[in-house]
Formats: sequence, C-alpha cells, structure tokens
Amino acid sequence: MTFPVQTSTVIHDIVLAALSRIAPEAALGQLDPGEDIREQLDLDSVDFLNFVVALHGELGVEVPEADYRKLRTIDGCVRYLMAAVKS
Amino acid sequence: MPSLGTDMRAGTVVEWRVRAGDTVKRGDVVGVVETDKGAIDLEIFQAGVVDRVLVPVGEEVPVGTVLALLRDGMATAAGIERGAVEHQRVSPLARKMATEMHVDLSKVSGTGTGGAICRDDVLRAAAAVPALPQVTPVAPEVKPVLPEVKPVLPQVRQVLPDVEPVARPQAPDRTKIAVQAAAMRRAVAAAMSRSNRDIPHYYLETAIDMQRCLDWLREANLQRSVTDRLLPAVLLLKAVALAVHEAPDVNGFWADGQLEVSEGINLGVAISLRTGGLVTPAIHDTDMLRLDELNAALKDLVQRARAGSLRSSELADGTLTVTNLGDQGVEKVFGVIYPPQVALVGFGTVKERPWAVDGLLGVRPIVIGTLAGDHRATDGHRGGLFLAAVDRMLQHPEAL
Repeated sequence: MTFPVQTSTVIHDIVLAALSRIAPEAALGQLDPGEDIREQLDLDSVDFLNFVVALHGELGVEVPEADYRKLRTIDGCVRYLMAAVKS
Repeated sequence: MPSLGTDMRAGTVVEWRVRAGDTVKRGDVVGVVETDKGAIDLEIFQAGVVDRVLVPVGEEVPVGTVLALLRDGMATAAGIERGAVEHQRVSPLARKMATEMHVDLSKVSGTGTGGAICRDDVLRAAAAVPALPQVTPVAPEVKPVLPEVKPVLPQVRQVLPDVEPVARPQAPDRTKIAVQAAAMRRAVAAAMSRSNRDIPHYYLETAIDMQRCLDWLREANLQRSVTDRLLPAVLLLKAVALAVHEAPDVNGFWADGQLEVSEGINLGVAISLRTGGLVTPAIHDTDMLRLDELNAALKDLVQRARAGSLRSSELADGTLTVTNLGDQGVEKVFGVIYPPQVALVGFGTVKERPWAVDGLLGVRPIVIGTLAGDHRATDGHRGGLFLAAVDRMLQHPEAL
C-alpha cells in the first residue's frame, strides 16, 4: 500500500479527524495546538493507542512507542507525521 | 426489556432492525434501546423467526416487558419493526442526528452502503425542513476535514463497525448531552448508594513488581505493528481473570442471601466517560482470550463506549469489575462494588519505588493492586489468596 505525499493542512485535518473519533464529545475547534492533547481531551492510554492506530491507518506511519512523546501536541503530531510521511 | 444494570427500571425502544418473518440467530442485534446508560444495541439470545412486535418504537416500558415474539411461540427480548415503517438500514450516527433534528427517517432515502441512511442524508433532509436551529451550529472547521476523512482505511472500520467513519458535528446538542449525563449520574448514584448501604466492604492491597511485565511488553511491542501493540492494562486484566480460577468466590453475585459463583469470567471494565458518566461493559470469557484478542476487545470497547454504541449483553453480563486509575496518576483505588457483584479489583499507576529483592535494595516499577470484597460473600483470607494469585500471574507475563 502506498500513501501519497501529504500537505501539512491535510495531515492537520487527519489528526483532528482521528481525535474526533476518539473523543466524539470534544469541541476540537477549541484545542490549543501547542498544548498537551491528552490533558486537553482527558485521553487515557487506550484512547491514545486508538489515536496512534488511526494515524497509522490514514498515513501508513508506524509510530514506535519511544516516539509517543513527540505526538503530545497537535503541532507536534503534524511535524512528526510530515517528516515520517516524507521519509 | 432486558435489565442492563441493577438499577435500570425502564427503557425506550428507539429502533427495530428486524421485522416479521426475519430469521434471527443468537447474538444478532435486533434493535436499539435508549436507557440511562445511553443508546444500547439489543441482542437476541436465541435463534428463530420473528413473529410479531409487541412494543412500538418510541414507547417506554418497564424492565421485564415482552418486546416481541419469536415464531416458536417463546417470548424473547427481540422484535420487529412496526408495520408501516419500511425496513431501512440507518447508521447509528444518522439515527442519533435524526432524533435530535426531528427528522422522520421513514421519509429519508439512503445513499450509503447498501442504501443505508447516513449522516449526509439526514443533514439533507433536515435542511429541507424549516425552523431547525440545531442544524446550523455544525462547526465550520469540520467541513474541510470531511473529504480527506472519508477514505478511512478498512482496518479501522473493522474495529469499529458501529461508528460512522466521518468526523462528527463539532457542536452536538449540548442540552441533550447534559440530560443524558444527568440520567447516567442518577444511575451511578443509585447503584453506588445501594452498594454502600447493603454491602459490608473489606479492602486489601498488595504491591506488585511490574518489572517483568514491562520488560516483556517492551520486547513484544518492538515486534508488533501499531495495530497489534499491547497495552499494559491487558496484562492486568488477563492476570485478574486467571487468578479467578484459583479463588472463584470473588467472581459472581450476591443474590437471595447467598453467593452465586459465576462459571463464566466476564470482567467488567470501568470506563469513565468524559461527558460525566461511568460504564462498566464486560469482556466475555476474559480468561479464555489470548492477549491479542483481549487487547483488541479492550480498544474496541473503550472506543464504542465513547461513541455510545455498547451492546446489551456487555452491560448486563459483568461478573467482576476491574478499575484502572493509573492514567490519572492515582496510586491506589479503594473501590465501591457494583452490585450484585461481590468484588472489585483496582489498579493504580505504575510507579518506580525502592524495592528489596534477595536482600538488596533496588528500584522497581510497582503497581498497587487492591481488592474491595463483599464480606457477606468472602473473607479477607480468600480475598488475600486472590490478590496473591494476581501478583504471581504478573510475574510470568509470557504465560498470560
């Protein structure tokens, strides 16, 4: 399976869409892109794994456990995923 | 109308998914019931042919009411769609939105897979109906997301058959969520008040060295794709389920003045909903599941609990509840038993602590496991054997 090169806008939207499935009750428009997602949305470890799985499905990116901390914020997710998709 | 929790008194049929003449088999979802715990998929427990419906959509009836008849003449908790309403597949999200927006689903034509009514169909139908203030607050920031989101990959859909794979409206009906949350709060309040009134709790705790589990998990996850990665909670659940084999008295119900030990081990998993509620859906036969299966079941359960699409058997069948507050940094949990169950197992956060091993002091990741037991059903000695067994199981993660 190959995944096309994505723009940061598309990746940003994919991140938000993945979060909306994990936290359907949340007002994602009010999220601070520089703040911790897990704290802002009160995600537990199961939610977070579901989030990583959803990103893998959308973008084909395998995020190792050691890199979870780089996905702490929305900005961090976009940066990390952009680099991962390109490589 | 099945009881989906000890304090459920009534439920409302909001949808039938079968009609007269349909053949059903055990485990089929035949309809949807609205309760204090949200909308629950109604499963049928025997095979047969639907004969007729007795309770129409929209009617609230007490627990125990016969909802429909199967052709072999035995009353069951299944039913058929009401006469005039055409048998129409509707996605759960579309159904929810239709209710909130007062859209009559029988007048909507579906454009989804197999002609199912999906979110967009409801939105279109709602737009055609005047005076619907609820439709307008669909947040603008979602819209650009939709085109890219639609081709959601197949494996996510398989995990989430009941969840509409598109972003939800950003501004759901806050009033309705608040009303549901209040109803759920009342259900929790009733169950917990009853527990504290009727159950003489005793509490035990034990510190468990998680070094072997975490080492084993790190190794195992290195070999695994993201989709198969195991959660630490899965090891805890499996260890609890296997420990029940050694101390079966903690797994069951207190009924009619005596302990009924349950044969099946259906661990209820406490899931806190961010809208302000708590559900404890069960994973059936937890002890029989491989770690992979248990991991998938747990991820699926949490996601469906968040989306409000749990099944009736999951809410009714728990035999022993496990609560894990580790993610919040809590060190230990003194649980309140969910009646009529007779015990509740709690885990706190895994934390590095000084730990003596073979006469030497080291630093180990430790989790505090607790047991809240019903003293009518078991004594501290039996509870202690159980917790010791949990500890022992966790020292051999490869055998879980």
